[in-house]
Amino acid sequence: MSDSEPPKPPSAVPPAGSISGSSKPPARPTSTPGAGSVLPRGTVPPSGTVPPSGTVPPSGTVPPSGTIPPRNTIPPSPDGTLLTSRYRLEQSWTLPVAERAGAYRVARRALTVVKPENIKEEVKKAQIRGRGGAGFPAGVKWGFLNPQKGQQVYLVVNADESEPGTFKDRTIMESDPHRLIEGILIACYAIGAHVAYIYVRGELAFSIDRLDAALAEARAKGYVGKRPFGTLHSIEIYTHSGAGAYICGEETGLLNSLEGRRGEPRLKPPFPAIKGVFGMPTIVNNVETIAAVPDIVAMGGEAWASLSRLEKDGGVRLYGISGHVKKPGVYEAPVGITMRELIEDFGGGMLHDDRPLKAVVPGGSSTPVLRPDWKVDAPNADHPLHEWHGKSEIDVPMGVDTYRALGTMLGTCCATVMDSSVNMVDACRNLMRFYKHESCGQCTPCREGTGWLVDVLENICAGRGQESDVDLLVDIANNMTGNTICAFADGTAMPLHGLVRKFRDEFLEAARTGLPDERSLDDSTRKQVVAA
Amino acid sequence: MAFALTQEREQQVQEILTRYPDSRAALLPVLWLCQKQHGWISPEVITFVAERLNLSTATIKGVVTFYTMFFEEPVAPNVVWVCRTLSCDLRGAKCIQEHLERRFRCRPGETSEDGKFTLLKAECLAACGQAPMVQINERYFENLDTATLDKIIDEHANNTPRSAHEG
Ligand SMILES: Cc1cc2nc3c(=O)[nH]c(=O)nc-3n(C[C@H](O)[C@H](O)[C@H](O)COP(=O)(O)O)c2cc1C
Ligand code: SF4
Ligand code: FES
Repeated sequence: MSDSEPPKPPSAVPPAGSISGSSKPPARPTSTPGAGSVLPRGTVPPSGTVPPSGTVPPSGTVPPSGTIPPRNTIPPSPDGTLLTSRYRLEQSWTLPVAERAGAYRVARRALTVVKPENIKEEVKKAQIRGRGGAGFPAGVKWGFLNPQKGQQVYLVVNADESEPGTFKDRTIMESDPHRLIEGILIACYAIGAHVAYIYVRGELAFSIDRLDAALAEARAKGYVGKRPFGTLHSIEIYTHSGAGAYICGEETGLLNSLEGRRGEPRLKPPFPAIKGVFGMPTIVNNVETIAAVPDIVAMGGEAWASLSRLEKDGGVRLYGISGHVKKPGVYEAPVGITMRELIEDFGGGMLHDDRPLKAVVPGGSSTPVLRPDWKVDAPNADHPLHEWHGKSEIDVPMGVDTYRALGTMLGTCCATVMDSSVNMVDACRNLMRFYKHESCGQCTPCREGTGWLVDVLENICAGRGQESDVDLLVDIANNMTGNTICAFADGTAMPLHGLVRKFRDEFLEAARTGLPDERSLDDSTRKQVVAA
Repeated sequence: MAFALTQEREQQVQEILTRYPDSRAALLPVLWLCQKQHGWISPEVITFVAERLNLSTATIKGVVTFYTMFFEEPVAPNVVWVCRTLSCDLRGAKCIQEHLERRFRCRPGETSEDGKFTLLKAECLAACGQAPMVQINERYFENLDTATLDKIIDEHANNTPRSAHEG
């Protein structure tokens, strides 16, 4: 293609380096390593301009000594980040740069002197919850493998990243592909796999290019291939491009797509760990889950877990934030910061000072919305959220279990922030259109239900609705849940329920009067986008 | 006119086939190679892929129709996808789409009057923090406003058809 001109500079100021510490101390005293790091914009051409200046982290917050074992030292990054520690190095995606900053040291040691069982044990102790949305503990999932004689084990890395609002995995593939490759090497060795596929959504051509280039470098060095680091455990890694279909992010849809079929999810069980790609035992993990493995092995599972502010949900993770905030982007922080911290300390606060936060979709479009003016109702002392009783929903730590207790989900941990200008019926219609478009159509409740939801919402917005339509929406959603092959239908119904429950008056009003203002979604940003 | 991959791409197919225990898994990668060369998945392409991978044409059609990025009809030398999912809409994606509709004098799903751009709506492209954004061919353009977008479109206007400069 001849479209090789450099991208325009970001029109918004790139988020400045680490946000200087969150205002509140961690609930559990830890090293608070990742006080937010910033990503280069994704459109930098491969030849590689450096990430915008101004993103250099303030010096300072080095992790306390003792978190990284003296053996096998990874140089601590200046800002104490782990996952994103190499993002801002010049040419961070190239092997020499990544290696100088510590890449492949852990894999070399792991593959040469550590037993696979011990690695699996550390991953279990790390209590890392899957970063792809469901939050299943990776160590437990790996434990489900029980290959029979003659069976090949596969690792499949889920880089489909297509849950609306989610844009974090891409930053790993673009800024630090060697971290993912190192994680894959260690994971393959631990689970006994010799082949790994990275299934990347087709639109992310740039991520695929970066990964392929990094793989070529790693192969040339002998890290990937017949004898990684001189060992006998051969590991081949291939990228595999999708071709545009959200449902290929669902793990069994992904496996079908990888096999060259329509990306239609499979009925479970059997789960992939028993019968996955090519009929073989397969571990499917998200990009970020696998990219965390080198740090887990380097630090030891317990030390890594304790970076989190929560129990049973370990480590640090990537947080995304988009919508109506001053500094949208991807930031690294310990598990368990609050939504308020994410919005204010990392996202730079609301985009317009005179338009307060109205609602936030916490972790991708399938997760039910939070309202800052809704309070946690947990008067009972054994309620998991009792500690936050009476506080705003956005003051509950962001964790897989805490958010479930709150009636939502942590999902991909990428928040979409909406200010007071947004009409929630319009936001709902936007999301439901997405689900209608993306339903794979295998199950009637999902195929028909998503269509009906959109029809009813279009009617309401056009002023052809009636108040009973609001309950009709709820009814349709109720009939979709629990009746389908995959979790897509639930992922459609849950946010619909959340929106109607928390903004019922707004839905009723729209049903009575319609939505006269088509601009309700971008009302607060139109001026910035349209040139005078 | 029968379709065949260039020799260089045929070599890529052979390498791709070594990656999987089952040749059917090469279907998406091979379709991608064909689309890069030909610009779209024509009936001739389907016939070629069917023979090359020993699959029925019906199987291949079933796969092609499942995925939005495989074009079942010819497209302009430039394909512009406008993301219209929530995070982008909150940051003005509708203005971006309207601007392109005016400039191209066409609706989403259609090709511009001058035949140089096909305009399509996209669902979330994993660039939500850099909204609004468009994808043009294989590249993302992020943090857009209409003035910047105009420049980007100008720069693409002279692209020749994909098949001409790719094949
Ligand atoms: C409709 C649907 C879409 C999904 N999309 C993605 C995705 O884009 N990326 C991802 O990693 N996981 C996605 N998942 C979750 C995967 O099915 C799977 O749980 C995950 O890849 C497992 O990896 P993890 O345990 O490391 O999170 C999706 C699930 C569903 C039901
Ligand atoms: S629930 Fe929806 S997306 Fe999932 S398999 Fe059924 S029809 Fe397809
Ligand atoms: S909503 Fe447009 S890139 Fe995610």
